[in-house]
Formats: sequence, structure tokens, C-alpha cells
Amino acid sequence: MNKKTFPKGVHPPDKKELSKEFKIEFFPPGKTVVIPLHQHTGAPAEPLVKKKDRVLKGQKIGEAKGFISANIHSPVSGTVKSVEPHVTPLGKNVLSVIIENDGEDELFPEIKPLKDDPFSYSPEEVRNAVREAGIVGLGGAAFPTSVKLSPPKEYPVDTVILNGAECEPYLTTDYRLMLEKTDEIIAGAEILKETVGASKIYIGVEDNKEDVINLYEEKLKGRSDFEVAPLKTKYPQGGEKMLIKAILGREVPTGGLPFHVGVLVQNVGTTYAVYETLKTGMPLIERVLTVTGEGVKEPKNLQVRVGTMFKDIIEYAGGYVGKPGKLIMGGPMMGISQWTDVVPVLKATSGILVIPEEELPKKKEYNCIGCNSCVEHCPMNLVPTRIVVLSKNERFEDAKSWGLMDCIECGTCSYVCPANIPLVHWIRFGKSGYIKLRKKSEK
Amino acid sequence: MKKQYASEFVLSSSPHIRNKESVPKIMYWVVGTLLLPVGASIYFFRMNAIRILLISIVFSILTELIFLAARKKDLSAVFDGSALITGILLALTLPPGLKSSYVAIGAFVAIALGKQVFGGLGYNIFNPALVGRAFLQAAFPVAMTTWVPPVVQKVVDAKTFATPLGGFKFSHILTPYKNLIIGNTGGSLGETSAILLIIGGTILLIKKYIDWRIPTGILLSVFVFQGALYIANPQKFANPLYFLFAGGLLLGAFFMATDMVTSPITPKGSWIYAIGIGFLVVLIRVFGGLPEGVMYSILIMNSFVPLLNRYTRPKILGEGGKK
Repeated sequence: MNKKTFPKGVHPPDKKELSKEFKIEFFPPGKTVVIPLHQHTGAPAEPLVKKKDRVLKGQKIGEAKGFISANIHSPVSGTVKSVEPHVTPLGKNVLSVIIENDGEDELFPEIKPLKDDPFSYSPEEVRNAVREAGIVGLGGAAFPTSVKLSPPKEYPVDTVILNGAECEPYLTTDYRLMLEKTDEIIAGAEILKETVGASKIYIGVEDNKEDVINLYEEKLKGRSDFEVAPLKTKYPQGGEKMLIKAILGREVPTGGLPFHVGVLVQNVGTTYAVYETLKTGMPLIERVLTVTGEGVKEPKNLQVRVGTMFKDIIEYAGGYVGKPGKLIMGGPMMGISQWTDVVPVLKATSGILVIPEEELPKKKEYNCIGCNSCVEHCPMNLVPTRIVVLSKNERFEDAKSWGLMDCIECGTCSYVCPANIPLVHWIRFGKSGYIKLRKKSEK
Repeated sequence: MKKQYASEFVLSSSPHIRNKESVPKIMYWVVGTLLLPVGASIYFFRMNAIRILLISIVFSILTELIFLAARKKDLSAVFDGSALITGILLALTLPPGLKSSYVAIGAFVAIALGKQVFGGLGYNIFNPALVGRAFLQAAFPVAMTTWVPPVVQKVVDAKTFATPLGGFKFSHILTPYKNLIIGNTGGSLGETSAILLIIGGTILLIKKYIDWRIPTGILLSVFVFQGALYIANPQKFANPLYFLFAGGLLLGAFFMATDMVTSPITPKGSWIYAIGIGFLVVLIRVFGGLPEGVMYSILIMNSFVPLLNRYTRPKILGEGGKK
């Protein structure tokens, strides 16, 4: 097998064995669901319902505001309890529609596919359907998919890359989807290819998922327009820029996007969601996620409705084991740590991870000893420690010239630092400082 | 919904996991590999080696403690292993017959002026052990260039006993390669056994605790520069291989120049730094007044490190690409 990869990176223990064997099971939504109106990159959606309104499953309850935004739909049927701010896993209070679930799952009558055959959609119809369904990138970034499907005319896209790397340790969401929804993902990919006018599709999969690689190689046998790209298991292989570099050898220019090098990258879960929407007309109201970690009793892969509370899901997984140290949305490298488990699942919640207290890293922080480890591992080829020193001293312009804004915040530098300096944290501080400085000078 | 503000969980920004490397772990690996030349020094120089090592280590750690206390820092920092390394390294660079009081002064200067005045671990510009040695060289030049033969060697005239480099420079006498490799020659305590230094350095290279570019760059450049001279005039200039194995080059290339704090953080910077050291070593050994130049070469290149870091930023992924 010809395995591809990108320069540098790290090998954290992958811990996928905790949950990889468990088939995706449906987890019914709770009595109350909380649907934040801002769970995507871009502008928040505007509420279309008010207190005491009856809503049906699939009904639009939030309207996208502007080009970069996303519609929000009700995942259940029931009554609107209130429209008020609620804390989300992203850490802020966000205006949310709180719905009392009647348990009937009564379908909104307008929900049906535009066409019987998902392959008969025109590119414009695909984009509209995806936009209407509120689909966003499900890998974690939550960027509106319809925007990604509309690259500027002057940048023709020749290649679609399906991101099945799932390089974050612990998570097995995409792994299970690729095994269980193989045909749907393949069909979705072909629709995406037609939509952006590309001629070639790759599905990038890390070699710790050999069964997936073999399955797709079997399905795609004899095809030259659709290939599996086996990748070395290395973090952050699933980063867009690393994936493109590994598979095509192209480098996305500094400050640029994949379409600048003629590529569309879509997460396999997003691809599946696009296909389902075109086939059934159902908007994005549920997703697959992994609830896992040494801190939950029975790790699982679950199909859950958006708005389901973390607390309910953790209870369903047998509850906490011992004293939970950290509750994380996403994986251990880029996930967001939570201060409460009373937060709803978002469209982009790929995992719920519990690390028990005794497993938390207990390294002491030292001064930087100039060991080069961050430089030797940074997949963007930055000098993290230098950017951090400049950021700490609030020399944001200088930090920028060392690539401050090119950092993808993958966490590799902090992971390897023997002095346990929270490098990415300081880089985030530097980024926000630089942005403030720019805004000030524009005034 | 009830508002809660106290966190039920530990909060921090990502990433949430760390690998197993730590500053003390790196330091103690270096200490562990230094036990090889330490062992050789005790074998060849017996009580002198034990005396100098003990005094150097004790005074390094004492000085570190005094300064940590004076600066109101956490005293447990003394256990990070860095002062221990400085103590061992300084001892390994000293002549075996050096008076105990000089050793103590050297250790004090190494930690005080070499490290703590800059702000402690991570902030010093020069290799602390070499600062201590340079001070002794300036203060006690005769004592620092008086050599004692190894106890296992029978030497007729101990008074005029010279190191392999000194012997070549001043009297054109070559020490046999076998002695250079095993360590049965004159010289500073820890520099004589080439084979053990190479084994220790290789362990650190495999563990990636030292930057491979630095010993590679130093040894290759010494070989190339000296090789050019040797080809031009083999009667006058030493064989480049002799230069690799004699003197403090291997100790310097594997254990001194590779000090993380005082070497560059960028790959290009490391190459320039290493080649600079190699060039200066040849320059001083061949054209300078002293037979040996490793210490000054490293100290001089140490002073260029901030500048090298500044002007050797690596190319960012995608930099220069067209949008």
C-alpha cells in the first residue's frame, strides 16, 4: 500500500479501541431540547418561532442571516418553551429555541425531496437544497457547506477530497459512518463532484482504519475517477492543508483556501448529510457522535438529535467513572473543555470526551529551554516558541511576521513541549491581540 | 434554567493531552549519558577526577540554591537537573591536576555569571559550564594548561607532559589513534575517551534530546576545513581525523554545543551555528596561539544565536504560493 502523509506532526496514543467496535445506535431525544441559533461559522440565524408555538420535526425555526450563515430546524415535534440565551459547548450564552418534546416526532408536512433521484439535481439545486437544510461542516469547524460548494468562478475545482482521516484520538464517528454508510458516502461524493465540476475524487483514510480502506478499495475497484488514498496515521493528518499536501502535493497558499489550489475538502459525515438531504428532503437535525474516554462507563457511537443535552448522553453511556477531570466537546487535541454538562449537542459536535481526573496531564511548567521540539513537529512549519514570546510581549505585528495568523491551532506544539508551556493558548492570545490591533488601526 | 458559574470540570484551552517528555527527564538523560565520560575520567585520573567532579557538582548546586533563594524563586527548581549538568560538564573540561579552590570558583562563576544573572534556566546566552571554564582560563592560565598524564600511563617526564593537540602543535608529536579512541592520553578529565563520547552522543541523538544537525555540522566542517589544509600541506597540518578524535571536540560537539538553551531553534540557524563552530575550531587550533579552541568557538557562536534565530525563520507551509 502506497501510504501518503505530510511533513512533521505527532503520534498521540489513538485510544480509538475504546469505542470503535460499537455500531451506531439511535439515541432518542430527551424531554427538552435546546437549539442554539448560532452554532456555525458566520452570522447567527434569526428565530422564526416564539414561546408557546407548536413546532414539527424538520420545521425551520431559525433563518440564516447573510451569505455565511445557516438555517436551523426543529429536531423534534413539540411546543416552544422559550426563546432565550442558553450556554453552548462553545462557551458563550447564545439565543436558543428551547422546545418541550412531545415525543410524537410528527413530521413537518413540507418535508419531501425536490426530486426522486438525488443524481438528477442541477449544481444550483444542490447548493440551494444544502443551504436550505442548514448543512455545515460536521468535522468540527461548522462552516456552512453551501458556501464551500460555491467557489469563485476564477478558481476551477478539479479534485474533491473526502476527509475520512479522523486524526483526533478517541473519536470513531467518521470511522463508523464510513463502515455503515458506505454507499451513501460514495453517492454523496459523486454529487459533490458534479456540483463543483471536479473530475476526480479521493477519500483520505488513515491506516489505523484498514478495514475502511479495504472496503472502499473493493467498492471502487476499477475506477480511475474515484480512489482511496491510504494515509499514514499521524496527527493532524485530517487538517485540510495537511490532507491536500499529503494526497496531491499541493500547498494551500498562506491565508488562502483549498479552492485556491483547485480542491474541495469535505468531511465524510458532511458528505453523508448532503446525500440524505437530497434523498429525503430532511434538513440537518441529527448527527453521529462518539461518547468516549476513560471517564465514561460504556463508550458508544450514537446517532443523536441536535439539541440533546450532554448530560443525558453521558447518563445513557453508563455515567461517569470516578471523578471526571475534563469534559470535552470534540477530541483531546482540538476539543473545547466544558464547565457544565448541561449543554446541547451542536451540528458540529463530533464527540463527547470525558478524561478522568487521574488521567489529566500533570506536567510542571518550566521556562522555554529552546529544545526545538515545537519547531520539529509543527505541521505548518512555524516556530511556535518564537511566536509565543513575541505574543506574550504584545509584539503582535512581529508575531504576525513569524506566521501567527497561519497557525491552525492543532495543538501539536503544546502536546510535545517538555516545558509544558501552553503554546497554542498563547498563540490564540496573540491572534486576538493582533486582530484588535488591526481593527484599531483601521478606525 | 438555573445559572451555574462554578465549573464542575477542569477548564483549559486545547490540547488536553501531553506527551511524556519533560525538562527534568531530558536533563537526567543527559546526566545519564554523561556518566560514560565520567566513568572514563575516574578510570584514567582516579582520585583527581573524583575530587574535581564532587567539588564542581556541589558548588554548582550550592550556587544555584543561593541564587534561587536570593531571587525568591521556587527552590525545587534545583532538582530540574540543569545545575547538575553544569557541574559535571565543567568538571569534565578541567585539567586533572587543578586545585580544588579553583574548581569551586569555576563552578560558582558558571552558575552565577553563566546562568543566574540572565534570569536562570532558559534565559542564559552562553553555555554556563564554558563561562566557568573561560573565567578560570583567564584567571589561572598556567594551572589551566598544566596537564597530568593518566595514571595507567607510564610517563618519564611528567613536567613537560602535553595533550595530543599541544604535543602536535608545539613539538609535532602525534598521539596514537588507539590511545585517542580509548582515552589513554592527556587532556581535560572528560575529553579523552572518544569512543565513550560517541556512544553517549549517539544515545542522545536516538532519543532526539540533541539536535542532530549540531554535532553533524561541527564534525563535518572540522573534517572538511582541516581536510583542505591537510591536502594542501600534509607535512605541516594534522590529519583531519586526528583533529576529530583529539582534544575537546567530541565532548564539545555532543554535549556542549548542543545545549538546548544556548543553541538556535531553527534548522537553518543550527547549521550555520554548527559550521561556524567547526570553522572557528580549525582556525584557532591551526592559526591561534592555543592548541585547543573548542571552548572559545562555542562561546563565540553562542553569542550569535539570538541573531541566527531572528534571521533564519523557516518557510511556512504555503508561503509564497499564489492566490
